[in-house]
Amino acid sequence: MNRRKQIEEIVFKLLSGLAAYSLIFILGFIILIIFIKGFNALSLDMIIKPPKGGYYYGGEGGVLNAIVGSLYIAIGATLIAVVIGMPAALYINVHLIKQKRTQNTIRYLLDALWGIPSIVYGAFGFTLMLYLGMNASLLAGIITVALLITPILVRTFDEVLTTIPKGLHEASFALGSTKAETAYRVMMKQGFSGFITAVLLAFGRGIGDAASVLFTAGYTDLIPVNLNEPAATLPLAIFFQLSSPIPEVRERAYAAAVILTIIILIVSLTARLLSAKYSKSNLK
Amino acid sequence: MLFRRILFDRITGWWMIATLVTILLMPVIIGVGLCLKALPLFEHQSLFNLLGSSVWAPSKGEFGFLPFILSSVYVTLLSFIFAVPVCILSAIYLTQFASRHLIRIMYPVIDILAGLPSVIYGVWGILIIVPFISEKLAPLFNITSSGYSMMAGGLVLAIMCIPYMLNVLIEVFKTVPAGMKEASLSLGATHWESVKHVVIRKSYSGILSSFGLAIAKALGETMAVMMVVGNRVQIPKTPFEAGYPLPALIANNYGEMLSIPMYDSALMFAALLLLIIILLLNLVFRFFIYRSQKHES
Repeated sequence: MNRRKQIEEIVFKLLSGLAAYSLIFILGFIILIIFIKGFNALSLDMIIKPPKGGYYYGGEGGVLNAIVGSLYIAIGATLIAVVIGMPAALYINVHLIKQKRTQNTIRYLLDALWGIPSIVYGAFGFTLMLYLGMNASLLAGIITVALLITPILVRTFDEVLTTIPKGLHEASFALGSTKAETAYRVMMKQGFSGFITAVLLAFGRGIGDAASVLFTAGYTDLIPVNLNEPAATLPLAIFFQLSSPIPEVRERAYAAAVILTIIILIVSLTARLLSAKYSKSNLK
Repeated sequence: MLFRRILFDRITGWWMIATLVTILLMPVIIGVGLCLKALPLFEHQSLFNLLGSSVWAPSKGEFGFLPFILSSVYVTLLSFIFAVPVCILSAIYLTQFASRHLIRIMYPVIDILAGLPSVIYGVWGILIIVPFISEKLAPLFNITSSGYSMMAGGLVLAIMCIPYMLNVLIEVFKTVPAGMKEASLSLGATHWESVKHVVIRKSYSGILSSFGLAIAKALGETMAVMMVVGNRVQIPKTPFEAGYPLPALIANNYGEMLSIPMYDSALMFAALLLLIIILLLNLVFRFFIYRSQKHES
């Protein structure tokens, strides 16, 4: 009996340990494969040149159009998300601080909103675009991605704001400040690194998402110069080049994948670092 | 001065409310937008016919979504089967047994897994999973397969869902009071027994919710699945056959959508279907989580 217990204990401890460590292995495996495959094709040309004539038959050029397009879309969308999302998160934590029930309901709805897949946002962006008579363009892409990342920004920022001690509110109100002053001068200042984390996460999600820009941003070999031109994006550049029958073009898809992976790694590690620093100084 | 401060307070207050209400109304706005676009389809075919028919011939105006729905369900279930054991076991390990050092490494690992774009998973799937299935796994069962199959979709999807499910599970297991486990340990139960009988039993509803949320996430995942699943309109019978999940249908056909009548309505209907199912799953299972959290605090 005791023997069986011990064996069960050991077996399951091993199994669960194996499962946990396998996650590190899987992540390493994915990144390693992408890097090994991609670094062969990665060259300076890939990063600094847009596609030249015959690029899709193995000719000269790079994916600068997609890099710039992705950055435009992600930055534009993040700006909109900040303008809409930051006040919303502050409102939940300053004006609604006493209505716990409302707060919880709002968080619940926001979480559910977070779960809506990007393809649905893409389809909606597309109908919106048709309705407004727009073409696939940088602007349509920015708006769609902004819709997608706003709930993420609100919820992440909100999560940080909840950790700010209530005493600070009370002190601020006691000194006679208005709610807006409390929100922007006190809460914003206290939660600033958390705010940056939220912005980075939203940005990372925006730059990596393909399904939402598929319909709305279009694709072009040119670098967009104004808002109603179509824009290429990195994920789509990877996707389209990967479906090419020509090996050189497929190689470039791998190279573009490396570029995207590096951007994402930098963004999410920075976000992690900031939030770790934040929680150390504020939580304990 | 005071007037200006109050004015500022009012204006920003209104703006805050406006943004919050807009954000919360988003699902409704999206739903109505898609619904308006999908309406023409219903004049043509009944809902029952749309969902139950497997005839897909857009140029003849026949839209049967059954193959797509079944493919979506199939690939989601496959991924679910692969992801569940890994998630539960590693969540247990991370909350009960792991050293602080490992936990410190694990959080960024989970973060990055969750943050990697789905296109990257797709590229990885094409490079590793697809050849693995066509060269190793399918011959093992004496089946020839191109590798672009439900199985490939399920495996890639499983990895993509792991961080989501795991995050929820870790939260859930953490809310089990330490005292309860200690009581079980002091009664002579081994570590694993207390996990089995106390931690897991206490978190039934949380575990269920994590499953539901992972399913919702898997149903809506587009790019990675589309890249490895083969995209053939058929009802898949074995995991080694190709299929065509709903999100892939939408994403793949945006090009010709406007050149065939009703096609855009059909695709928007597919998006609406996804939105409704996923939103419902999210609302129901998040509700479980919120209720269980309320009990704790």
